[in-house]
Order: sequence, then C-alpha cells, then structure tokens
Amino acid sequence: MSAERIKVLIAKPGLDGHDVGAKVVVRALMDAGFEVIYTGLRKSPAEIAAVARDEDVDVIGLSVLSGSHLPICRKFAALRREHGLETKLWVVGGNIPEKDRAELERIGVDGVFPFGSPLASIVEFIRSRTAPAGG
Amino acid sequence: MSQRDPRNVPPVVSESGIEIQPLYTASDVAASGGFAGIGRPGRFPFTRGIHELMYRHRPFTMRQYAGFGTPEETNRRFKYLITNGQTGLNVAFDLPTQCGLDSDAGMAEGEVGRVGMAVDTLRDFEIAFDGIDLEKITVSLTINGSAAILIAMYFAMATKRGYDVAKLRGTAQNDILKEFVGRGTWIFPVEPSIRLVGDTIEYCAEHAPLYSPVSVCGYHIRESGANPVQEMAYGFAIARAYIDHVLQRGLDIDEFASRLSFNFDVHGNLFEQVAKFRAGRRLWAQIVRDEYGAKNPKSAWLRMIAGGGGGGLTVEQPENNIVRGAYYALISALSGTQTMALCSYDEAYTIPSEKAARISLRTMQILLEEMGLRDTVDPLGGSYYVETLTNQMEERIRAAMAEVERQGGIVKAIAEGHVQNAVSRQAFARLCQIETGAIRKVGVNCYRVEEDQPGVEFHPFRAADCEAQITRLNAVRAERDRARVGAALERVLADARASRNVMPAILEAVQAYASVGEITDRLVAAFGRYREPIRF
Repeated sequence: MSAERIKVLIAKPGLDGHDVGAKVVVRALMDAGFEVIYTGLRKSPAEIAAVARDEDVDVIGLSVLSGSHLPICRKFAALRREHGLETKLWVVGGNIPEKDRAELERIGVDGVFPFGSPLASIVEFIRSRTAPAGG
Repeated sequence: MSQRDPRNVPPVVSESGIEIQPLYTASDVAASGGFAGIGRPGRFPFTRGIHELMYRHRPFTMRQYAGFGTPEETNRRFKYLITNGQTGLNVAFDLPTQCGLDSDAGMAEGEVGRVGMAVDTLRDFEIAFDGIDLEKITVSLTINGSAAILIAMYFAMATKRGYDVAKLRGTAQNDILKEFVGRGTWIFPVEPSIRLVGDTIEYCAEHAPLYSPVSVCGYHIRESGANPVQEMAYGFAIARAYIDHVLQRGLDIDEFASRLSFNFDVHGNLFEQVAKFRAGRRLWAQIVRDEYGAKNPKSAWLRMIAGGGGGGLTVEQPENNIVRGAYYALISALSGTQTMALCSYDEAYTIPSEKAARISLRTMQILLEEMGLRDTVDPLGGSYYVETLTNQMEERIRAAMAEVERQGGIVKAIAEGHVQNAVSRQAFARLCQIETGAIRKVGVNCYRVEEDQPGVEFHPFRAADCEAQITRLNAVRAERDRARVGAALERVLADARASRNVMPAILEAVQAYASVGEITDRLVAAFGRYREPIRF
C-alpha cells in the first residue's frame, strides 16, 4: 500500500489578483501526485490558517506578487503559532526579491521560490522535506 | 533531398497554431481568402487602419501606466511624465481602491499605495490631478470592480474644476468580465457586475458622449495564458456581452458603440501580432456593422491601446527587457494603434522607477521621431506574408468565437470557470515548454549568465504614506456633511436594489465625499459578493 498522499494548500493572501503562477504551481503539484487545495484569491492570513488547520495539510504555500510578502508573512507566522501549524512545511513564492529571502527565513518560511524557480525544484523541495522519517 | 530543399526544413508553428511557410507568394494570399478584404485605411472594414492618414495626421497617444503612494506623489509623477512629452495619463490605483476598500480597512493593511495610487474620496482626485489640463491630457483610469465609483469621481473632480463633462474625453478600463479570467479585482457577482458596466455605458451615452466608459481587455486574458487568437476571440465575445446587455435597455447601437475601445497585448511573433490587429479590426467592423446593424462608421472602429507586453519580459537579465520593449513598440506602431504604453524593463520586479518609465517613453518617441514610423499608413500592408496571416488569423478568431458560443456564451463560460481553466492550462503547458527548452527564451533557457542582484531599483513601500492617507480620510470624514452623505448612500442602495441606473446616485455620493469603501458596501448590500469557481 502506498503511503498517504502529501496534502498541500496553495493560498493567495491579501488583495493581489495575479494567480497565473499559483495555478501553474497547483497543476505541477497535482501532476507530481500531491493532493492540492487552492484557496482562490483574496484570503486573509487568518482564513488561510483556518483552512490549513481544518484540512490538516502537510504543506502551506503562499503566493504573493504585490510586494507585500513581508507584512503578510509576519502576520501569518503569528497565526501559525496560534493554530499549532509550526510543524507544517511553509513555502512562499511570487515576486520575491533575493534581498528579502533571509528575512522570510528568519520569520519561519522553510522555502522561498521567486519567479523563475523551476517547477521541479518546488516539487523536489516538498518531497524531500515531507518524506516520512526512516523512509 | 538537399538541406536547401524547402520541403526539407523543419516545420514552424506559430503560437496560434498557424504553420509558417519559408516563403509566401501571391498564391498563398489567394488561397487564404485573397486581397479583397484589405481595402483602404479609414474605410470599412478598416483592415489598414481606422483613419485615412493615421499617424501622419496625429501620432499615437503615449500613455505610460503610472501612480503609486499618495495622490501628492502620483501628481508629481504625472507632471514629470508630461514634462517629458507624454501625451496621456494612465492611472494606476492601489489594490484596496481596486477592490472597493478604504485605506483603513483590515484587508488593506500593507497594501495602501503599494501598486498604485490610494484613493478614498474625491479629495484624493482633486490632489492627484491638480494643475493638469484635462482638455490637453486625456486620462485613462485603470479601474474595474470599483470603476463606476472612480468614473463618477473623475467627472465630479472635472466639474468642480470647471470642465464640461459633455465635452470631456478619457477612458476607464471598466472591463469586469476579464477580471474574472485574469487580474482578479472583481467585487460583485457576474450578472450585477455586467449591469454596473451597462449603467456606466448608458450614463456616458447621455451625459458624457466623448468619454470612453469601457476598454475591453484581451490583454489580461493573454497575460493569463491565452494565445493571440483566444486573446481577440475572448475580448470580442466580452465586448459583445456588454453590447447585448446595453441593447436590452433600449439603446441604439450607434448611441454607444463608437465609445467602446479595446486593450490588447503585443508580445510574441512580430508578424503574427501585426496580423492579429489587422484581422481584429476587420472582424470587429463586420460584427458591429453586419451583425448589430450599426449605421455610423465610427461605431465599427476598433479603437485600441496596444502595448504592455509584460508576459514577454523576464526577471533574468532585466536590461534585455528594454530591447524587448522597443520591439513591442514597433509591433504596436506597425499595427496602427491609437494609444501605446509599454511595460518598463523593471516591471517584472517592481512598479517602474522614474528612469525606467522615461526609457519606455523615449522608446516610443524614438520610433516616431527617428524611425519613420509615422510617415506611411500600414507599412506592412500588401506583404504576401502579412496578408496571408491576416486572413488566417481572422478565420481562426471567428472559429474561436463560434466555439465560445457553442459552449453557451462567454458569460456562462466565465461564471462557471471554464475560460479560467482553459487559459491556466495553457499557461502551465507554456511554462513547461520553456522549462524543457521547446520554446526559447533568451536569458531564461538559453544565453544565461550568472547574475548577482540585478540592476533594478525596488519601489520603496512607506508606512508613513499609508498613515498620511488614513489621516486625510479621517479629516474628510470629520468635515463632510454627514446627513448629506447618509442620504446619498441610501440612494445608492435603493437605486442598486431597484435596478435603476445607479450612476446618478454614485455621483451624488462622491460629491458629498462619500468614500470608495462606503459606496462599495452599499452596492455589496444590494448585489452580494462574487464567489470564485475553482476548477482544475
């Protein structure tokens, strides 16, 4: 019997309406065999945290292209603690300048995937970081 | 067979699925429909341009997208661009304004003034357009979900400054159907959203006949993954949805069709793009004259802004985007556009710096002043290649529109998420082709260099601007006549519920300094909110 499928939440926090990338990532993850939930646009960090908790996802991916990734991620980090989601893998993608990578990692983001990241690198990262201990 | 045998070269297929031949002759034109549809510029079916003399009479309007932070800052950028020779303004609004939220709303946190100018009340428009001659400079408002409110605000500001709205020119994007496909600044459900667009068209037909209340955007559908044929087909299908809606109100096609305009994209194969626009002009003219029975030739004009090209720009080696922008501008000029705007080279990263915006403007000016692009109308007209492609593109756009009709029409296809699903599937397929190298992209999958931080200046976000905006909003709220605002907002709600044209009530509300958020809340009370269909 195969191991239970990894469950990934892809979310669009804030007001940013650019969803081409988020939807492309959803398709790539589905193709790779993950179970994917996509929130659609304009979700508050609190709504996203609630979905992550209720759906008991393994991975939370936020897509932000408006430039407001830092305030959004700071807010989400607090909610993550509040909802006991700190053990879930947290990835962020979109229009993320390289100079903000360190700060995002300090906030608690596990993987940062700016524009131009190969789809396979996102799949690989999630696979390697969600592999069951002891294989 | 030798390598040089034309039957031995590998096939080339364009993005729209047309097989490109190594050589075109008169027989290719004949086989694709002939030269009959070319005609003369300024005459039906306008393949070669909507005006007889085109740029020889008046060059295309140059209208870079601009706006950020506070109305004061935006006003300074507007004046900078005008001083540098820009002939129109294209106003960028921040996301709270686009989504109908005030700057102090919870969801607006961190977004105020970030990707465009923040607007809460009429006061902000008064500041942003201060000192700008609205007769000399035409203004385009890039606004959709909250367009009815922002159009009313523009009219109120102009009236206060002493302009006659009946003579006011300008454009609002106000194409809500494409927001459901790409861009995403919808607010209300699909049907009431179309009704609001109808209210603005009807109101302008009566009170502001020179104003263009809608600019139908194939642009953002293309940016979301559509190919050039779908870009035109979906755009035209959406335009028809607005026309059908307004005709149901009892207006005559000639009362409003001449004020509808279009916004299209320019990245991709140069010749396919030029053919796309020439075919689009011819097809649109036939739709409006032959299917809708328009008598006024101007009703059948496909007036457009062709530019942008954001989907063709790359984060890798951003300076290459300056070169791409120059080719996009060339495509746009060769296509007979009325207005041009270019994405700036830093736009894959940030909203344009002053320098990047000026380079885009200079790119367009160099074309006009140095390259001879304004000397002759439709310079590619008569080319065997371009005429064949034009015929083929027209046929394909027609077929794609018929396909949408067979699926139950564009409104249903969008409301159920089918168009969104189709374009997003294509975006995925295209990215996969770029990743495998099947589609070549310079600096991305070939000719790469190791880059440190690119030479792009990031637009700073200043929390102080947000605080200043909220302070002003609170000051306006404290000063205004509360009873007048309350009554005006009640009228907005009542007219929205009663299916009366809501524009007069919105105008009254903005004149009383009601805010974007307050007016939107009343419309939501009447219409509800859109729920996004998620389909993969």
